[in-house]
Amino acid sequence: MSSDTRVTSAVTSGMTANVATTRAGRLRWRIARLVERRDETEAARTLVFDVPGWPGHLAGQHVDVRLTAEDGYSTQRSYSVASAPAGDRVELTVARVPDGEVSPYLADTMEPGDEVELRGPVGGWFVWHPQDTAPVLLVAGGSGMVPLMAMIRVRHDTGSRVPFRLLYSVRTPDDRFYQPELRLPKAGLDISYLYTRTAPDGATRPPRRIDAADLHAHGWPAEFAPSCYVCGPTGFVETTADLLVELGHDPGRIRTERFGPTGG
Amino acid sequence: MTPDTHTEPAADPAGNYQDGNALAGPLGELFAVDVTAATGHCTECGNQGPVAALRVYVRAPGMVARCPSCDHVVLRIVRGPRSVWLDLRGTVSLRIPLPAPVEP
Repeated sequence: MSSDTRVTSAVTSGMTANVATTRAGRLRWRIARLVERRDETEAARTLVFDVPGWPGHLAGQHVDVRLTAEDGYSTQRSYSVASAPAGDRVELTVARVPDGEVSPYLADTMEPGDEVELRGPVGGWFVWHPQDTAPVLLVAGGSGMVPLMAMIRVRHDTGSRVPFRLLYSVRTPDDRFYQPELRLPKAGLDISYLYTRTAPDGATRPPRRIDAADLHAHGWPAEFAPSCYVCGPTGFVETTADLLVELGHDPGRIRTERFGPTGG
Repeated sequence: MTPDTHTEPAADPAGNYQDGNALAGPLGELFAVDVTAATGHCTECGNQGPVAALRVYVRAPGMVARCPSCDHVVLRIVRGPRSVWLDLRGTVSLRIPLPAPVEP
């Protein structure tokens, strides 16, 4: 795909603070105990874990979760951390994948007090550092909202005044995550919802997939040189990254994270 | 889309892949720095970009990471019970960013 090549080939210039994150010692599995569950939508639930010894994390990092059956069979999946760092607490938002191996257990079966193995945080590419002063554009597709929510929460918790704009593409209003929190107005955080299937009554934008007009109307002008974070399904991410480049954004300032089919 | 078959990924038109961010855990088991933020250099087409932007296929024994530009296999990682095989045959080099030196 020629357009994707453009995005990734020029990306070596990078953004500021692109510095390797270093751990003390090798990554290891820890025990995570579920302490609380919150429904986000009909298909997704936030799980609050207590992870003794959690070293903290950066906004946008993820963890691997491992389940092991009694017969020894084990399987693992990656999930973005939704929460800002807060002691030993780590929040994940898990969307249920029908017939998945891991997500139905996490989203439905697991109860407070139950334990899983978890390792992390990992990933130093798709992260936002509060010391970066460039304006930030967040573009979420569906459950791609999760790591972007961590960035919004870290911005809030650190008292950052970096201006954020969020474009959040979802099928219907009922598919939006984190509504109680995102409904509270926050200075410097602008949110635009882009509905792809059903818009609320009175909406002027007909339901459709994200396009250049959306990014032009609700994003930052390219000359403001924002840091752009795009997260969602593969097709959504590629479309959005291409549109941003066409609108004049520096490919080196566009960071992407894709959700591929993983068997859930 | 381009009609040039050399730049059209052969593997999966449905986008049946993840990206290099998914390598952070498996590589983090081996290395003390985060390799996904490193800049890789493809042996096939010379493309340079973050490991995080590789296309990663997990429906194989282990994980197979392909160049987003030419689809060449740049990295493979397979985990066995007692060892991990890391195959970097498609990688010329990895440039790993370091923190700024701390003033004494």
